[in-house]
Order: sequence, then C-alpha cells, then structure tokens
Amino acid sequence: MSQSGLARVWRFGDQVDTDQLAPGRYIKGSIDELAAHCLEALRPEFAGAVRPGDLVVAGIGFGIGSSREQAAQTLRQLGVGAVIAGGAARIFYRNAINLGLPVLICTDTAMLVDGTAARLDLDSGKVFDASGAVLAHCEPMPPFLRQIVRDGGLIANLKLRLARPA
Amino acid sequence: MTAQTISQKILARAAGLDAVAVGDIVTCRVDLAMMHDSGGPRRVASKLLELGASVWDPSKVVIVSDHFTPAIDVDSAGILALTRRWAAAQQIDNFHDGEGICHVILPERGYLKPGLFAVGGDSHSPSGGAWGAFMVGIGATEMAGVLATGEIWMRVPATIRVEWNGSLGRGLSAKDMLLKLCATLGMNNDYRVIEYAGSTVQGLPMLERLTLCNMAAELGAKTGIIAPDAVTLADLAGRGVAVEDWRRHLAGDDNADVEAVHRFDAGALAPQVAAPHSPANSRDVADTEPRRIDQAYLGACTGAKENDLRMAAEVLKGRQVARGTRLLIAPASTRMTAQLAADGTLATLLAAGAQLLPTGCGACAGYGAGVLADDEVSIASTARNFRGRMGSARAEVYLASPYTVAASAIRGHIADPREFLS
Repeated sequence: MSQSGLARVWRFGDQVDTDQLAPGRYIKGSIDELAAHCLEALRPEFAGAVRPGDLVVAGIGFGIGSSREQAAQTLRQLGVGAVIAGGAARIFYRNAINLGLPVLICTDTAMLVDGTAARLDLDSGKVFDASGAVLAHCEPMPPFLRQIVRDGGLIANLKLRLARPA
Repeated sequence: MTAQTISQKILARAAGLDAVAVGDIVTCRVDLAMMHDSGGPRRVASKLLELGASVWDPSKVVIVSDHFTPAIDVDSAGILALTRRWAAAQQIDNFHDGEGICHVILPERGYLKPGLFAVGGDSHSPSGGAWGAFMVGIGATEMAGVLATGEIWMRVPATIRVEWNGSLGRGLSAKDMLLKLCATLGMNNDYRVIEYAGSTVQGLPMLERLTLCNMAAELGAKTGIIAPDAVTLADLAGRGVAVEDWRRHLAGDDNADVEAVHRFDAGALAPQVAAPHSPANSRDVADTEPRRIDQAYLGACTGAKENDLRMAAEVLKGRQVARGTRLLIAPASTRMTAQLAADGTLATLLAAGAQLLPTGCGACAGYGAGVLADDEVSIASTARNFRGRMGSARAEVYLASPYTVAASAIRGHIADPREFLS
C-alpha cells in the first residue's frame, strides 16, 4: 500500500486453484520459499512485485482444490491486504480468515481493473478509488469473522476466548 | 418440526439442537478429527503450543502418515519423524504410519459410521460421506482450534440431490459418474452438500461410493453424503463396527427442502475423460482427442483402491502396456496390496508391465514417486488435474476411470476400455 492508503489491484480470472497459490513441489520448504512461487504459473511477476496491502481480485472458484493452508498463507506472507472474488472455495475461505486474511465475495468487480489504485473498507465491504468514488460493493463479512480477522486470525482469537472465564 | 435432510439432522445433533435451518451458523461437537503428515502435526503442533492447550480427546483423533511416506529425501523423513514423535507425545493411539491413504484407512479400520460429525485435514475428507458420516475438510489452523476445543463452527449447507438411476454399462464406474457431474454441475457448488441417491448409487459397493463422495471436493461442495442402507450396514458388520440403532435408521425426511435435484441415467453414460487442466473439462472418451500417453497412473484414494485395481486388471489381463508408455500403480493401502496379491490382481497388473509403487498419496499431489517432466502427457485415475499438480507445470494430465487408464496404457494413447471388455 502506498502513502495515500491506496493499494494496487491484481486481477486474476476464474478457478485460481491451490496448486497455483501453493505449488505442491515446493510445499516441504519454508513459507518464504513457497510464497516466492505463489501464482507464478499465471503471473510470474506477482510474488516479486506485490506490495503490502495490495488487493487480489478474481472471479469465481478462488482457492479451489486442496485443503493446504499454505494457499492462503503465501498471500498473507506476501502482504496481500484482502482477496475480493466472485466466489471462493470454502476451505480456502475458512483458511484465509483463520490466518487473518480477509476474503470478500463480490458479484460485480468490473471496475476493479488490474493496476487500479483502490482502498477497501472492511466493515462496509466497499472499495473506493483515489477520489473516494465507489468501485465495488462486496458482501460485508459476518461480524464474528471480521473479529477473527481483526484479532489476527483464529489462534489469536482463541487465545482471547480461552483466556476469558467461561 | 420442519422436515430435515440427513445433513441437517447430523449437524443438529452435533450442535445439541433439535433442528437446524439452511444458513444457520452453529457450533458443532466433533466426533472424529483426522489429520495427515502434511497438514497435521508439523503444522498444528506449534499452534497448539501457542494456545497452551492440549488435545481435547486423543481417542477422537486419528493421524495417518500418507503424503510423505515412504520418505524420498531428508526433508520428508524429518516430517514423518516429527509426526511419529508428536503422536506418541500426545498419546494418540489411532496412528497409521505408511499403512495407506487417510480416506481409505478411516473406513478400512472401522473409524466411520453413519451420523458422525467428522473433520479431516484434507480436502478429500468428503469421502467419509459414503458411510453416512458428515465429514468436511479443514485447514491446519482450524484443526488446531478443533484439537484445543473439540468444536468448530459450521454454516448449515443447502442440499443438492443427485440421483442416478439405471445400470452402468460394462467398463463404467463411479469415476465416470463423477467426471460427468463435474462437467454438468461445474466445480463451484460452494457451501452445498451433494446427496447422492437413486438405484445406481444403491447398487454401488462401498468403495465405489467412496469415489463418489471423495470427488464432491471437485464439485466444490462442502461435502458429499449417501444415506446408510443395507450395503453400508453389511460393510460395517463385516468390519465388526458396532452401529447404534439410530445410526442404522438415519435418513433425510421425504419432504425436506433441497435446493435442486439433478437426475442422470446411468445406462446412457459413456466413459469420461477430463482434459487438462480441470475435472470440469470432462467429455465422452469418443469426443476426446486420442493423445499419445507417456504415463498412465493408477493411484490415490480416488483411483487405486482394491476395486479400482481390479477394474484395471480386467482390462489388462493377458495384454501388455504399449512400448513408450509406462504404467505406474500405487495401491491405496497396504492391506489392499496384500489382498490384491492374494487374489492374483497384482500378478495380472505386473505381468502386463506395470511398475508397483509404494502405498501413499505419491504423485497425485506431486509429493512422491511418479511426477511428470515438461511436456509429458499423463492419464490418471486420480481426482485432480490442475496445472503443475503432478509435477511440471508444462505437463498435461487427463483424468479417467481405472478402466480407461488401463485401456490407454495398452494402446499408448487415450482409448475406450469397452473395446477390451466384451
């Protein structure tokens, strides 16, 4: 994300699967090593050029495939601020939120073209451009999932919950 | 009370409620938590430590080392060693180390029965639905949460009912049914459960039902399930699994709401082949380009169970794998390997020129022996053909039934198995 609080949109198509996000042949290595190969078959420049806070925007079926949590962890490791997709595979969706990476479902992402500078408001699910105009309306995440994301993921959230007297 | 599907009944019971509605978010008590060497201890141990928690009930946890076994290098050996140490330290007796693939081990060793609410640290966990369990795949952080609390939140899914009626022709199998479904229903049935029914499904043996539920994952579904029937109960009785009365009679209510019903005629089904790089690219073998095959692979929970390898042997009996094509087989469990050795199936496959690989997930997910080089073409009985999954990102993988994989190995190109089965 730049000084202005705006992030870059990285645009992908439908059915971005977990073998693209976390290729199996690098899965034994460290998360840094794996993250360097994130989405390389689709956009070789992505892992090297993505900046903290950037938005990954995709079509339907994002994260389809394996239960491997590294598919979400690589994006988190690269600093991706949020995934905005027409639809997300359920295990990926849960994994991402459990790692503190927000995933928002959005039926119309036409204005979120690749390279756009944009800002996501997590509570409302709206995406704004530099002038404050709304580029997309995502479905807001349910409040308790937003809380898990804000806590930094499920482990941090559970720590708080387990520490609270029953 | 409003009518409930079988899935709603299982989730309601797990949540301690009388009934649940589609879309409800409920907290469920977990009856069974399964994890493997790849997503299991090596990824959950540190999270559990961070929580300062211990395993809520070791008797409800099953660990299966299947992804990195047998070790092919020092890294995979280290992962397997860590898994063994952790299972011992946590006093988890239900530990199966190199004995087979997790989705096959669970039923084989009698862990599954109707009505269980189960979670598995693997996306093919819907396999458990073949035994009437509601079983979903989860990731490692979520597994740590389950291990610490014994609970997990679930959104109650809508049901898509898939009915198959009629008899499958010679050389046809559950794998063809599923590939047809991938092409017809697509891979984005997110947050729905696929309930399989109809006379064809009722006529399928348990391991074929496993294939149907296993690949609910490729339909993008939360899980797949088949209501228990006489076939299910006979299988469980044969394994010595005690099944309480309510589980034996578990079924959806006749008038329960479902989101959609899709009906298929098994008699009209032709062998299916999914072109690279998606199971949804399935079409009749006759409409598939007869690509030359470098490697035919019979492996994985989806495609190397006892029944799968018997299908392949039916086609390969007395025949030879084509020159320039290699056939690799990796049986899904060691018990199955022993059974296939005893009944002559293995001898048939080896005589045809097959190479026998160790039991495990192997090349299916690009972890073990049998991965592909740049520009190689493979046909496999596995579940997924995503780009780069089985090795090089420049390799191409076609998916098909064990019959079709065997026929293609003989011809050296993609072929219809029915020409070998008269």
